Amino acid sequence: MERKVVFPQKLLPYLLLAPQIAITLVFFFWPAGQAIWMSTLLQDPFGFSVQFVGLENFQAVLQDPAYLSTMQRTFLFSFGVTALSMIPALLLAVMADRVVRGATAYKTILVVPYAIAPAVAGALWLFLFQPSIGTIAYPLRLIGIDWNPRIDGTDAMIVVLIASAWKQIGYNFLFFLAGLQSIPKSLIEAAAIDGAREIRRFWTIVFPLLSPTTFFLLIVNLTYAFFDTFGVIHAVTQGGPGKSTEVLIYKAWYDGLIAQDLGRSSAQAVILMFIVIGLTVIQFRYIERKVHY
Amino acid sequence: MAAQLDTPMTKSVRRDWVPHLVIAIGIFITAFPLWVAFVASTLSNPEIAQAPMPLLPGDRAAANYGEALWQGGRSGRIMTPPVWEMMFNSTVMALSIAVGKIIISILSAYAVVFFRFPFRMAFFWMIFITLMLPVEVRIVPTIQVITNLNMMNTYAGLTIPLIASATATLLFRQFFLTIPDELVEAAKIDGAGPMKFFRDVVLPLSVTNIAALFVILFLYGWNQYLWPLLIGTDARMQTIVIGMSKMIDSAGGPTDWNMVMATAILALLPPVLVVVLMQRWFVKGLVETEK
Amino acid sequence: MAEVSLSRVRKVYPGGVEAVKDIDIAIPDGALCVLVGPSGCGKSTLLRMIAGLETITEGDCRIGAGRVNDLDPSDRDIAMVFQNYALYPHMTVYDNMAYGLRNRGTPKDEIEARVQEAARILEISPFLDRKPRALSGGQRQRVAMGRAIVRKPQVFLFDEPLSNLDAKLRIQMRVEIKKLQRALGVTSVYVTHDQLEAMTLADILVVMSKGHVEQQGSPLDLYEKPASTFVASFIGAPPMNLIPVGAGENGPQAPGLTGGRGLAVPAGGATLGVRPEHMIVATGPVPDDALGITFPVSAVEAVGAETFVYGPIGGTGQEIIARLPGKALLAPGTPVSVAAAAEHLHLFATDTGKRLGP
Repeated sequence: MERKVVFPQKLLPYLLLAPQIAITLVFFFWPAGQAIWMSTLLQDPFGFSVQFVGLENFQAVLQDPAYLSTMQRTFLFSFGVTALSMIPALLLAVMADRVVRGATAYKTILVVPYAIAPAVAGALWLFLFQPSIGTIAYPLRLIGIDWNPRIDGTDAMIVVLIASAWKQIGYNFLFFLAGLQSIPKSLIEAAAIDGAREIRRFWTIVFPLLSPTTFFLLIVNLTYAFFDTFGVIHAVTQGGPGKSTEVLIYKAWYDGLIAQDLGRSSAQAVILMFIVIGLTVIQFRYIERKVHY
Repeated sequence: MAAQLDTPMTKSVRRDWVPHLVIAIGIFITAFPLWVAFVASTLSNPEIAQAPMPLLPGDRAAANYGEALWQGGRSGRIMTPPVWEMMFNSTVMALSIAVGKIIISILSAYAVVFFRFPFRMAFFWMIFITLMLPVEVRIVPTIQVITNLNMMNTYAGLTIPLIASATATLLFRQFFLTIPDELVEAAKIDGAGPMKFFRDVVLPLSVTNIAALFVILFLYGWNQYLWPLLIGTDARMQTIVIGMSKMIDSAGGPTDWNMVMATAILALLPPVLVVVLMQRWFVKGLVETEK
Repeated sequence: MAEVSLSRVRKVYPGGVEAVKDIDIAIPDGALCVLVGPSGCGKSTLLRMIAGLETITEGDCRIGAGRVNDLDPSDRDIAMVFQNYALYPHMTVYDNMAYGLRNRGTPKDEIEARVQEAARILEISPFLDRKPRALSGGQRQRVAMGRAIVRKPQVFLFDEPLSNLDAKLRIQMRVEIKKLQRALGVTSVYVTHDQLEAMTLADILVVMSKGHVEQQGSPLDLYEKPASTFVASFIGAPPMNLIPVGAGENGPQAPGLTGGRGLAVPAGGATLGVRPEHMIVATGPVPDDALGITFPVSAVEAVGAETFVYGPIGGTGQEIIARLPGKALLAPGTPVSVAAAAEHLHLFATDTGKRLGP
């Protein structure tokens, strides 16, 4: 889409664009280019010599069992967070859609966690699950479950999973509710007249009509779980115990900054770049479709 | 007639409490961790340690918050700077990022939409592509750039690199495209040049979009984690979110949970207040920025 | 006040499309010139070229004595009323009208006086503090007019200002615009696609088609002596009947046609034009120089004051319309004979569509 009527000035638009373009070049394109370049280099551990190795770093990374298990863990974690935040949100939205009064107040409360930093959300849930003192861990111990995210990898994973999903429920709720409210009531009434019971109505009419929203949220939540949960993991488990909560972003950060393995960490960064590009392309294709019908 | 009306009404009354119950459970799950955190922030450490922890606020609220704010978050062996300093850093960061992003995005969107010039679309795509280059994929080289520019541990380093924004530029572009051509022509005839038109017409018309973006971007800036972790390594430059997470001793040493929770509450209060007070713009912002 | 003149004006878009071809129009001081034509004929482009919103590829545009081709719109001393009014949505009615004056550095009390005066004339004084969205379509239209008036420009430009209004309001505003333009005596250029609006408003009527001027002159000149079949069918409603005729011994020849003696039809034939309203029911013999048409009635539309009668002529399938006064009691299927006087007959060349003879 383009405007027909524009201003004739020739220099002014460049001045207006200059700040954004300068920042983009210096802090986005230059480092991204560096990351790609570094991913093809091998540096000796003391930093004395650098050698061009082509795609060897990628080969090494993708053949590294530790990396592959981190990738597997990341996918499990991401789909876990997505399911755990979307399913309750859908249920809540369906219920709120029926409530005439109070919907706004519900919205206000439910969306609060979205405003909270991932790391802070992680801390709140870590506290609830603290062995011996946590308000949730304590009753669990009474019934014989010795919950300890400091020692047990699964326990730790569940805590970061819950904290990450909890933050996102209100967001998904808002979009599901908006989606539900945009379904014409006449369609649902028609289905009711056709004799469809409530549950059946939901699965045959409402849910299919909601599918654009669902798909959109799926992508948004996957992106969130992939990239924005670094704070939860860093604050709560530091990727541990062992490597049991280490996800791809965390590993890229750890290998690059703590382990200082620049070549391999850059190769990881480039792989992540491809994942972002994939997710962005899917997201924008979806939006294009939304615009066109 | 009365009998006919009766059945659906009782039915709806009976069913009415199910949604309320489900939503009540949802609200409980939402609020419970916040409530427990708040209660913990008003207790002494021994009170927290005596399992089960009380679920009603204690009397150490003033003492805990006072200590955290003015003396520093002390937790076991870890000391952070006074929380007010970290909140100040967070505020500077959140406000600079929100305002900076809005300013440079609205200007670039204005340039791309209201002018024709060579490489216009190339610039537009350059801005768009930044969507695909989050900090997470360029950690090490970005630190090198920041170091070379002497921007480590400065407010400039914490904020300027984050104020490029494809999302905000796209949003403003989308909105600018809906401004009728005739309005621009009327302004030309009324003797308004491009910057006058921007100030007198475009800016006032963008107010709701700016408010919506501000809420979203304030959250974005306040809740940053990886960036301040990389750039604000000096304790002086620590944000409250980073400070709070440093107070949790992940090595399993003693953690003063009342201090951690007081800091956590202080860390979540500003963004939560912004969302609650600016609810209308927040929802609009969410919907618009995802378009 | 000033005259507006366009000489040999052309507009060629970068793609090579010629939107406006070699146009010469001279509008005397204080006159209202209407540009009319179907959509895409270049009338709006021409108006926007006068406004300075489009560049002029070739030729001269003068307002008063000076050539304005290279002046910014704001320096041409013009004011424009847009089709969708183009009011600034966030400004009050008062600010909408005052904005252009403020940009020119007009003193505050002068602005106040002019805005109040315009508001009084247009009867929008009670709405000065409102935003445009709180106004009806007609009121917005008045504000748009007010914004033009307060500037006291040399020229008013109107770009289909009434087409967003409903039919009743359109007629009312049409009358008001005419009165206002007369009273202020400001030279005006008015673009419309509505021929009735064009006829009623124009001092000078310019009919355009495909980027060029088909004919210009006073509305009645155009009605009485259309220069081409295009103008003939564009001006007047229902449009002029255009009937292909051959050259007979004493005039035009076509099935169902009689008379028309004295019309010089060229050997290859021509197009004969006669307006629906110039036909009367023939009760007796038709004079030789008048035209007689006999056709079977296919449809009748009685609207009270007059009756429209439709029917095919001479088995060619071409339909003609007669506009008969009063209630003509005709039943579909019955034949009818109508006649038109010699002075109401027009002849056009078959190939070019240009008028033949006087």
